[in-house]
Amino acid sequence: MDEHVKEQLIAVTGIDFAKTTTAQKLSYSYDATAGFQAMPDLILSPASINEVQAIVKICGEHRVPIVSRGSGTNLAAGTTPTSGGVVLLFNRMSDIVELDEENLTMTVQPGVITQEINDRALEVGLFYPPDPSSMKISTIGGNVAENSGGLRGLKYGVTRDYVKGLKIVLPSGELLSTGGKLTKDVAGYDLTSLYVGSEGTLGVIVEITLGLLPAPKTKQTMLVFYDKLAEAAETVSAIIAAKIVPATLEFMDKGTIETVEDYMNIGLPKDCEAMLLIEQDGEPVVVAGDMEKIGMLCKENGAATIQFAQSVEEAERLGTARRVALSALARKRPTTILEDATVPRSEIANMVTAIQGIAKKYDLLICTFGHAGDGNLHPTILTDVRDAEEMARVELAFEEIFHYAIELGGTITGEHGVGEMKSPYLEWRIGEAGISTMKAIKSAIDPLNIMNPGKMFAKETKKRIVVKNG
Amino acid sequence: MVEKQAEKFRQSFVTHVNEDRLMDCMRCGFCLPACPTYIESGYDETQSPRGRIALMKAVQDGMVKWDSSIGEAFDLCLGCRACEPACPAGVQYGTLIEETRDAVNFAKDQSWKEKVVRKVAFDHLFANQKKMKTAVKLVTFYQKSGLQKAARKIGFFDLFPSIKTMEKTLPHLPKSRAEYIRHGPAKAKVAFFTGCLMDTMFNETNRNTIELLERLGCEVIAPKNQQCCGALQGHSGEMDRAKRNAISNLVAFDRMEVDYVVNNAGGCGAFLSEYDRLFEVDNELHRKAKEFVAKQIDISSLLFKMGIIDELEKLPSQESSKIITYQDSCHLRNVNGVIHEPRAILQSIKGSTFKEMKGADLCCGSAGIYNLLQPKMANKILDSKMNEVQKTKAVVIITTNPGCLLQMKAGIERENLSSTVRAVHLVDYVYEQIVKV
Repeated sequence: MDEHVKEQLIAVTGIDFAKTTTAQKLSYSYDATAGFQAMPDLILSPASINEVQAIVKICGEHRVPIVSRGSGTNLAAGTTPTSGGVVLLFNRMSDIVELDEENLTMTVQPGVITQEINDRALEVGLFYPPDPSSMKISTIGGNVAENSGGLRGLKYGVTRDYVKGLKIVLPSGELLSTGGKLTKDVAGYDLTSLYVGSEGTLGVIVEITLGLLPAPKTKQTMLVFYDKLAEAAETVSAIIAAKIVPATLEFMDKGTIETVEDYMNIGLPKDCEAMLLIEQDGEPVVVAGDMEKIGMLCKENGAATIQFAQSVEEAERLGTARRVALSALARKRPTTILEDATVPRSEIANMVTAIQGIAKKYDLLICTFGHAGDGNLHPTILTDVRDAEEMARVELAFEEIFHYAIELGGTITGEHGVGEMKSPYLEWRIGEAGISTMKAIKSAIDPLNIMNPGKMFAKETKKRIVVKNG
Repeated sequence: MVEKQAEKFRQSFVTHVNEDRLMDCMRCGFCLPACPTYIESGYDETQSPRGRIALMKAVQDGMVKWDSSIGEAFDLCLGCRACEPACPAGVQYGTLIEETRDAVNFAKDQSWKEKVVRKVAFDHLFANQKKMKTAVKLVTFYQKSGLQKAARKIGFFDLFPSIKTMEKTLPHLPKSRAEYIRHGPAKAKVAFFTGCLMDTMFNETNRNTIELLERLGCEVIAPKNQQCCGALQGHSGEMDRAKRNAISNLVAFDRMEVDYVVNNAGGCGAFLSEYDRLFEVDNELHRKAKEFVAKQIDISSLLFKMGIIDELEKLPSQESSKIITYQDSCHLRNVNGVIHEPRAILQSIKGSTFKEMKGADLCCGSAGIYNLLQPKMANKILDSKMNEVQKTKAVVIITTNPGCLLQMKAGIERENLSSTVRAVHLVDYVYEQIVKV
């Protein structure tokens, strides 16, 4: 980056809120995605929308890439500064601006930690349902940019379903306001929806208005263990078919259970093949009824043991156990690469079986956990990035997993986003027309391509592999 | 020149820092909310465990060239290890930062100021219990002679702002005591690791420790020739010096037929309980260290086991309802996992209400000699801590480690609270209840 441009940019925030040292640049060169790293030229912490606008204008003038970054928990290399440039931080834009109890909305700055939104809502008997596993660390700005999911997605949907309005600094530096507190508003294109999940490629999100729900009165949690993987998957289908929608319906396989137990020591049986974590919330009578029915369905489908959480604390521990699954798996091998393949709920059993077959075929260690209830699985390959031969097999295995997911009517990513990592596969899911429409939107809004370049769109799409039958 | 130096550091990181251990980190970021320097720096990734591990890796891989900004990121780590229990992947951060400091020391020409502090601290004071006693005698002289008052007036310590507050908080040392080997009816046989600071500056606490254990039916012996545990040296990348102390202690406690080896300093306890990590697995010293480690226990856990709560509950009820709070010793909590016992003991004390302070699990900023080397960050952390203390309205802050105790005393001075708030070791507070009533 040109020294003169750098000085101009630093002048916006002041030197105290600019990071320029080697150590700082290295610390913002990665996110939670294995194998992706690139150094930024400068890291800035603006304090206001005005400062963001000033930074964006300078970057536009000088064609400097801008990467907005929350806490860097992204799992698709969405926040790595692939082409250098400026990393924008929101640690100084991290206030809850307003909690409107009459309209059931909360307006926040992008740097607020997701958990804080949850806690603040609960204080007044309200509820913000999206709960990505990293909610104690991740920022709401990041969640919105990635359209993050979570454990409650099955019943409550994902981040998109709660974003009612946004303020965005456009690549031109202009400020755009979309949506608002209204429940009904059809004035023009739904730009709010366009920006949710846009992964920082269309502008900088600087304020978010979220919709809230009344907090559910009660919640019950149960753990169900199986001796056969397929039985767990069949239970999931049976529950959905019985027209019950649990708040949470999570799945972990044997390998995942082992590592989670190693970390948590909460007495999970290491000898079972699969586990479901099921939660229902709502009116006490309804919850009790649903849980009873779910328990019966588990037994009918071959559950070995069913265990109910006896206290709020115990339920919380079980939830945590599921949330730490990915990180705990890192105990097994030096490198942890996870995927986010998602299929229609009815295909969960087929997908789980396919993943097992692929692991065998490529001689890899794959552990699977995920949001079984909404068809969103996280097959995780435990490998070693230093072993080139094994890494080649890893890539083939992932391609095959994507392939199967799409065959079954699914997608390459359910909740982690495309980023740099999955960009070569995007066309598999959305087709040529999808890519060209998205590119047209991108170049109309960001003609200079300064917003998170190198993400979402790959230079080249991967060739679809041909999977032989049998 | 720069190239040559960068290569020297890279090489040193390759030799000293275990690559597999670095690879354990999968960069999920679960450690971030647990790290005091990350929080106090306004969420600067550079001051986080994930950032530091990425830096270690980048130096080792030659992705970045060593410069002072990298050194500073490592220096600013408190070594509190709060990131370890927060890490689902089981990254051994404590070992990594020690290896890193070792690597840095090996490659670096230490600055003059640091050299002096290290030399005095490690080669003299903490290396040898006798020297420590002499040093403490000097402190006693200094306190008694009125020099202390004078120095405060003249402002001699203005030169060293952090030492200034520390100096105000040095406890008045009691007169020397008789060697304390007493015998009681033995419910358990206990060897007492006296700790260099505890034995000198806080020897009243040590006496109280023994008396409490004896009252609970333990036979307590304090082996002679024991030395400083070596933790401060180890944490600062002075591994060889740390090992020397460890060997002295393994000899001093060798073949002792006891049920427990108890300590009353969280920082020492954690290091003692990892003595086995200092030696190669097949080494004879490793075997001895394993035996030693198996008997380690901290004073809160031992008092708890020996039934202190029953004793406290037998005491007559009291009218007063003053509030007390507890500051975790980082290493007692994060390394030894002792969370419940000290709280349970304090909750059972009559006449005071125990109130949990928000962030009690976060480091107070003392962190060995950190508050001397990194006064700016240490004071930032301390100010946040005192803010939380005041929210509890506690009049007594209880700790289980001498460093924390001094730091909390320093915090009380900084906030001008010395007329209303005091900091006390858990042992002394319990002793006050049981013996002095």
